[in-house]
This record gives sequence, structure tokens and C-alpha cells, in this order.
Amino acid sequence: MTSTEMTPPEMTPLETSTPLSRTDEVPAASPKRRRRPTDWLAVVPLLAFVTLAFGLPALAMLNGAFTVKDQATGATSYTAGNMTASVQGAYLTALLGSVKLSAVSAGTAAVLGLPLAQAVVTSRFRALREAVLTASGVLANFGGVPLAFAFVATLGNSGVLTRHLGLTDKGWDLYSFWGLVIVYLYFLIPLMVLTITPALDGLRAQWREAAQNNGATTFRYWLHVALPVLAPSLLGGLVLLFGSAFAAYATAAAMVGSSVPLVTLQIADAISGNVLVGQENVALALSLDMVLVAGLVMAVYLPLQRRSARWLA
Amino acid sequence: MARLTPARPAPWRWAVLTGAGLYFLVPLAASVVFTVDVPGQGVTFDAYTRILGTEGFVSSLLLSLELAAATIAVVLLLMVPATVALRLGAPRLRPVVEVVCSLPLVVPPIAFVAGIGTVLKWGPEHLSRTPLFQTFVAIQNPDFPVVLVLAYVVMALPFVYRALDAGLRAIDVRTLVEAARSCGASRTQALVQAVLPNLRGALLNASFLTLALVLGEFTVAQLLGFQPFAVWIVNVSGSQAQLSVAVSVLSLLVTWALLLALAGVGGRSRTASRG
Repeated sequence: MTSTEMTPPEMTPLETSTPLSRTDEVPAASPKRRRRPTDWLAVVPLLAFVTLAFGLPALAMLNGAFTVKDQATGATSYTAGNMTASVQGAYLTALLGSVKLSAVSAGTAAVLGLPLAQAVVTSRFRALREAVLTASGVLANFGGVPLAFAFVATLGNSGVLTRHLGLTDKGWDLYSFWGLVIVYLYFLIPLMVLTITPALDGLRAQWREAAQNNGATTFRYWLHVALPVLAPSLLGGLVLLFGSAFAAYATAAAMVGSSVPLVTLQIADAISGNVLVGQENVALALSLDMVLVAGLVMAVYLPLQRRSARWLA
Repeated sequence: MARLTPARPAPWRWAVLTGAGLYFLVPLAASVVFTVDVPGQGVTFDAYTRILGTEGFVSSLLLSLELAAATIAVVLLLMVPATVALRLGAPRLRPVVEVVCSLPLVVPPIAFVAGIGTVLKWGPEHLSRTPLFQTFVAIQNPDFPVVLVLAYVVMALPFVYRALDAGLRAIDVRTLVEAARSCGASRTQALVQAVLPNLRGALLNASFLTLALVLGEFTVAQLLGFQPFAVWIVNVSGSQAQLSVAVSVLSLLVTWALLLALAGVGGRSRTASRG
């Protein structure tokens, strides 16, 4: 997909007038002349803060990912060893495990979230829409620990459903790959609903009517009109879900005993000092791997989002 | 708004909504059952009545609320002047601020905390003889870890930027400020008395999102070794499963209710702005 084409022009409704040209409006011009430097200054604290609180840790991570400390001499030297180690053995398994879990749950959530969003968008009850969208906002962003415990109480080893339906005898295990998928869907489906709702809102009734007038069935309308228009939003949503699932840590960590290898759990393990000698910085290398994946996700997502904005404005 | 409202009732919609309702409500309902129907004890509300008296509940919740208050204050103090300035006279900085506020989305919390941990280790390793060392100790004070506030402000930037930007989009900041200025207000007065009241919805929105983020945050706090609310829930779950689930359900419902109330407030202003 060509990502660089046709960025929609940035909305700049603020015309910058040249204050000195209007000499006859001295009272109005003098505050305007002073505005320039002050407006600059208002952004400076933000940039300074981000440089300190975000830039410093980010640089430390980048630097640490490529350095190794000699235990005997205490001297540090630059190496690619951490990065190599982070894509080998157990770490590679964890990375692949994360990718697989994120891909499967993001795909499932996208497939299930689309009809749910459509059902909510086309509903005549405004309250339903508000309730579902707000609930989606809560679940998509702030699930984490409470979410994990709700599922442990429901489907865990002594969970309510597990006990009453005798699921253990049927081979059910929440702390498995598919168990985690079910838990992840709980925040991924809402995220999909949130991402795709604006796009569904933008589908014009006239398009469907036009298709119907031309003799199209509902199926053909979706296949030839709605889905192609929605495609960038759908893909963008899918990528966003992948990134969200990939970065999730709290949920997996709170469900202790999870035997699924995940890169976030490996990083936490390594931060806690659980590494081989000479690989103390492998947590930072793994973090850098994650940042690269997340950066890739954003690089795909943002152009897609712009593309869909063009159709659905 | 375009709606595809079919004249006939659509059975698929009810199927989808019922399915979704089941999937999303059953775990919540089951959690409530789990907390009140303890095997061997019958129905008991013990888990809920015990919450307040349990060691660490009050202190961890208070810590989380204090962290949230500090985070909200800092993030709004940084973001409100910056976003208003972008509207007023520095539109060329807009892409810069936009990128800066989106950066935290590219660095997952776990990677972020790995970086923070590395920086914090510099304290004892390199700076132990400089005055900076005291700063490193001070920001890690377990009674009020400033380092968490710094991290949470960074993590809240994307949400807050989006909320404020949406709010500012709906009002004509320049006209408001110029009107206030020609009535004799100073720049600060114009900002505080003319612009901020019009941003009430966006400010509330940003504050609640930040509050929810801080209350539920687990990754950074746990890996840096502090014990705010979410970490406490996990720590207590080992010994008191019922209690931790009860607190989890309560916290989910409270967050939900808060944001729902907010949507009620915000929804009205949104419809108004749409015309």
C-alpha cells in the first residue's frame, strides 16, 4: 500500500497576519506583536518535560540495549550481543508467542467487533449507543488487573463456570493460549468497536439506497460498497488491536501461572534480575524489539487512518 | 449523521447484541457470584465487608488517588497552555506537539519502565557523590513516588492531547481571547476566565481519563516496586482470592459509572457543537 500519497491538508484556520503592516491599528497590533514569543514559551514546558521524563528513559533503553558491562572490571562496552540474544532461544519463543497471541486475538476481535459496532450504530436507542461506547472506552483502556481477576473468578481453576459446568474434566484451562485469547478479546473487541464506529457512522444511507436501486442484495452491498470503503479503517483497527495485545502486560501478569511465553512477561522477568550472566541488559534489548514492533504498527496505522478519513469525512 | 435504519426489525442485530451481552456480562456476574458464594460457607457478603479493614487497602487507594491528583494537575498545567498556544499563534509547532504526544503510544509501558529503571540505577552507580543523588532518592520516596507521577504524565499525554484538541476544535479560541482582550482582560485573565470555562467538558474528560489510567495502572508501579491500588489487588489475591475479585469488580464498576456520567455531560455538549 502506498502510504505517502495525498496527506489531507492539515487544517489551519488561523491566518497569520503580519502585525507590522497595519500601522494604523496600533492598539490592536501591539498585543499581537507580543503574542509570538509568548506562544512559543507556552509549548516549551511540555517539550522540556517530555525530553526529561520520556527522552531520558528512552535514550537509556537505547543505550543499554547495545552495551554490556564487564562484571570483573566494571567497564561497559558497546555490543550487538544483547540484541542477538533477544532474538534467540527462550526470548525468540516469547517474541513469537506474543506475535501469535496478538495476531490471533486481534483477528478474532476484528471479526467479532465489526458486527457488534454495526448493531450499535444502527440501533434506534441512543442510550444503548452511549452505554456501549462508554463501556468500550473503559474496557479497552483500563481493563488490566480487574479484568484478569474477573476471568479467574469465572473460568479459572476454581472459577464459578469451571466448577458448575465441570469444565476442568473437559480439558479447559484458562492459563493456556486460548484462555488468554478469550481474556484478551474482552478488551480488544471494545477497542475494535471504538475504532470502527466513526467509519460505520460515515457510511451514507444514500450509498445503500443507490446499491438497492441498482438491484444489489445486502450481501452484494457489503461486498462491493461498504467493505471497500471500510477497508482502511478495518485494517487500521486490526493493526491497532495487534499493537494493544502485543503491549499488554498487566492482564497476563495478574493471571499468575500463565504458561504461555510472552515477551512482556520475559521483560518483567529480566528486569527482576532473572537473566544469565552477561545478559543483564537483555531486558532493554527486548524492550527495543517491542518498540520496533510498536513503531511498525504505528507506521502502518497512521496512513491507513488518514486514508479512511478521506472517504468518511 | 448517516444511519442505515431498516424499516423491518433485524434479527441479526438482536443475536449479535445478545451474544455480546452474554460475553461481557457473564464474567462480571460470575465474579459477583464468586465473591458471595464461597464453597463451604454458603452465601456471604464477608468479602465486601472486609474490604475496608484489610491491611493496605486504604493506604494503597489513597496513594493511587494522590498520584492521580498530582498527575492530573501536572498534565493539565503542561498541556492546556501548550494546546491553547497552538491554536492562537504557533500553528507551526502543531505537528511537533502532535508527534511528541503520540510517542508514548510507540513505547509500551513495559519498555518504558525498563528505561526508567535503567535511569534510576544511574543514581547509585554514577551520581552518589553529587547533589543530584538526593533528587534520585527523593523521587523514589515510597510514601509519594514522584517518579510514578512523571511516568503517568507521559502515559496520559495521548489521551489528554486528544481530549483537549477535540474541545478546542469546537470553540473559536482566537475570537474568545481577542474579545476578552478588547474588554481589558490580561492574557492570563483571558485564558482563565474566557477560554477555560468553554473547555470545561474537555478538561473533565481529560481528568477522568487520567484518573482511570492512574487508578488501574499496574505495570510501571509493580516493576519499580511501589504499591498503589492495582498492585495491592494483585498482592492480596494470593491470600484472599474472594476479596481481590470483589475489589476488582467494584473498581471496574466505579470507573465505568464515572466515565458514563462523563459521557452524559460530554454527550450533551457534543450534540450542541454539532448543531
